Amino acid sequence: MTPRDGDQRSGKGDAASKPARPAEIAAAAKARKRPPRKDIRSKAADRSEHPVYTGRTPPSEDRPLHVVPDIADTALADGALPQQSSAAAAVAGVPVPGLERTVAMLVGALRSAGAAAGLEGDDLERRVAQTLGFLRRRITGEYDIDEFGFDPDFTEEVWLPLLRPLYQRWFRVEVRGIENVPADGSALVVANHSGTVPIDGLMLQVALHDQHPAHRHVRMLGADLVFQSPVVGELARRAGTTLAANPDAERLLSNGHLAAVFPEGFKGVGKPFSDRYRLQRFGRGGFVSAALRTGAPIVPCSIVGAEEIYPMLGNLKSLARVLGFPYFPVTATFPWLGPLGMVPLPSKWIIEFGAPIDTATFGPEAAEDPMLVFDLTDQVRETIQQTLYTLLLQRRSVFF
Amino acid sequence: MARVVLVTGVSRLVGGRTARDLSLSGAVDRVIAVDAVPPSHSLGQAQFVRADIRNPIIGKIIRQEQVDTVVHLGVITTPRQAGGRTSQKEINVIGTMQLLAACQKADTLQRLVVKSSSSVYGSSPRDPAMFTEDMPARKAPTVGFAKDSVEVETYVRGFARRRPDVAVTMLRMANVVGRGLRTPLTDYFSMRVVPVPFGYDGRVQVLHLDDAVRACVSGATSEASGIVNIAGGGFVTVKQAACLLRRPIVHVLPYTASLVAFVSAQGRIGTFDADQMSWLCYGRGMDTTRMRELLGFEPAFTTREAILDVFADPHRTPQHPPRATVAGPIGGGA
Repeated sequence: MTPRDGDQRSGKGDAASKPARPAEIAAAAKARKRPPRKDIRSKAADRSEHPVYTGRTPPSEDRPLHVVPDIADTALADGALPQQSSAAAAVAGVPVPGLERTVAMLVGALRSAGAAAGLEGDDLERRVAQTLGFLRRRITGEYDIDEFGFDPDFTEEVWLPLLRPLYQRWFRVEVRGIENVPADGSALVVANHSGTVPIDGLMLQVALHDQHPAHRHVRMLGADLVFQSPVVGELARRAGTTLAANPDAERLLSNGHLAAVFPEGFKGVGKPFSDRYRLQRFGRGGFVSAALRTGAPIVPCSIVGAEEIYPMLGNLKSLARVLGFPYFPVTATFPWLGPLGMVPLPSKWIIEFGAPIDTATFGPEAAEDPMLVFDLTDQVRETIQQTLYTLLLQRRSVFF
Repeated sequence: MARVVLVTGVSRLVGGRTARDLSLSGAVDRVIAVDAVPPSHSLGQAQFVRADIRNPIIGKIIRQEQVDTVVHLGVITTPRQAGGRTSQKEINVIGTMQLLAACQKADTLQRLVVKSSSSVYGSSPRDPAMFTEDMPARKAPTVGFAKDSVEVETYVRGFARRRPDVAVTMLRMANVVGRGLRTPLTDYFSMRVVPVPFGYDGRVQVLHLDDAVRACVSGATSEASGIVNIAGGGFVTVKQAACLLRRPIVHVLPYTASLVAFVSAQGRIGTFDADQMSWLCYGRGMDTTRMRELLGFEPAFTTREAILDVFADPHRTPQHPPRATVAGPIGGGA
């Protein structure tokens, strides 16, 4: 038994052995509140004799924790637990009792989940191993993020797989003109924004990764509200979003990334259902000057279907102001049905990429010419608007 | 080429090691190391002069010794090192003002190097991913060391305007980490349980102590001038760093920073500086192009290597965080 155990047990024994009188309880509480300095010192001395601190059992190179090893060591010394491989404990980062059993259960669960999803044989085993490898990297922190906080490991293993069912089964997204997006080098995708909740950005991200032959990761430009919001901001950065401002846009494009921007911003997402497919003002043309400065081509992108996912019938402006939101939507189902009202309507989506607009021929100094910037902004806006009208004519119905 | 270099703040690690390395580098003739308290570590060939930079005597030293380069490293990051926030501010801001006043009178002065901090950029959700030296803070820091750094920079800019013949270099360093060095960040990763803000995960850059010292030496000996961001390569997030170090984490609400600081102090979990919460939430990135191209400096440690090198020692017991061996006496001396 370790000294520490002895301490704890004797302490408990005192309190529990006899029915204490109120005065005693008060005294005991006082004593517990601030133990005399001497006690703390002697405890510290005791602790220094503990095998973990004296190094009698030499700590393994990648011992995970400092507080918890005590428990693990005592447990092992008492023989209460079977010997665990230190590698497995290090992988988990926390010494869970029966860790191997937990991992085995996890593997079993993954196998049955994979089997339920229609995988079998080697394919199933490969996917299970891949998932375990991913979990291991997350727990040990062995992954890389870039200067914008983009985490390719997370995006490929968690983010895109989560969005794919929505993309393939719910919205049945059809992509046209993907060849207009260059296979390498920088480009700026400019799209219309709609749908009350910006799901169109997420679908655009899946489309560019899954449908493009080069499986490009698109780097979204998001409003500061995104990064201010808890969880949303963290996920957005991990998935490659960064702040929609010229320094970030130019940095992305000059580093050869594929960036995407929704110049309408909240005016686009938060517009009433009656204004659907009517483009709002295209910001101040900042995206055009970023493209001009870096010579990146602009790819106009029209998204049809997103307008119908949450038809916004009303806007509770005063509530939005209180909550600090740009708008507070009222749809046919939200907030009446509560969480059920947050299920998007299964509209049929079409994403069409138009012919790229070359900006390199103007030269970087053209960004200082406001007239040219306005002209290009209008040109991009008109292209998207016309494509939207064409696509709407071709669409058989909202849902098919 | 610098001949006589005066280094301030030598009783602490960055200052002391810079004075030592400069004196042993052979690039300068003499190094005069100044602080209000004597250092407990070796200063190499540097000559220690016990003087307070808040005292006019510093001007006399600069004149008498014909100092041509002043390296000001006497800005203190934590109130504990200085013996309280009031004293910290006094040393940081008033000390810098007095030193600059003395420098302005010194005809022999050709070069001034000041260690500043990345905290002048603040941390907010409206920040660009990477700050270049020309970008202002989106939300200027209003408390603590960060505010001191902003004020120090203001005075240095004022000095540069009044003495255009002096080459002024400000080194904006990312959070410096090193063994034996005690800053809010080293305290943070020495906690038994690391509190991370719920729903946020800031990107962080750090600078290894060895690199910080090398950067100060290059700043003193190079011909470059202007503001230069100094940071180790690459990024990690706060949670990723805790995972890399195998520390247990607990999620806390970001606006309960003072409560977290209070609870961790009372519960002997460690020292948490409430001022760093927005940095933990939103992180900060500095562009280091100018460091490479203008200063010609390349850090030896990336951010991840620095964090692992300093904090991931299995033999270290985090219950007793390393006391900065040389930081203690400042409080008594000031």
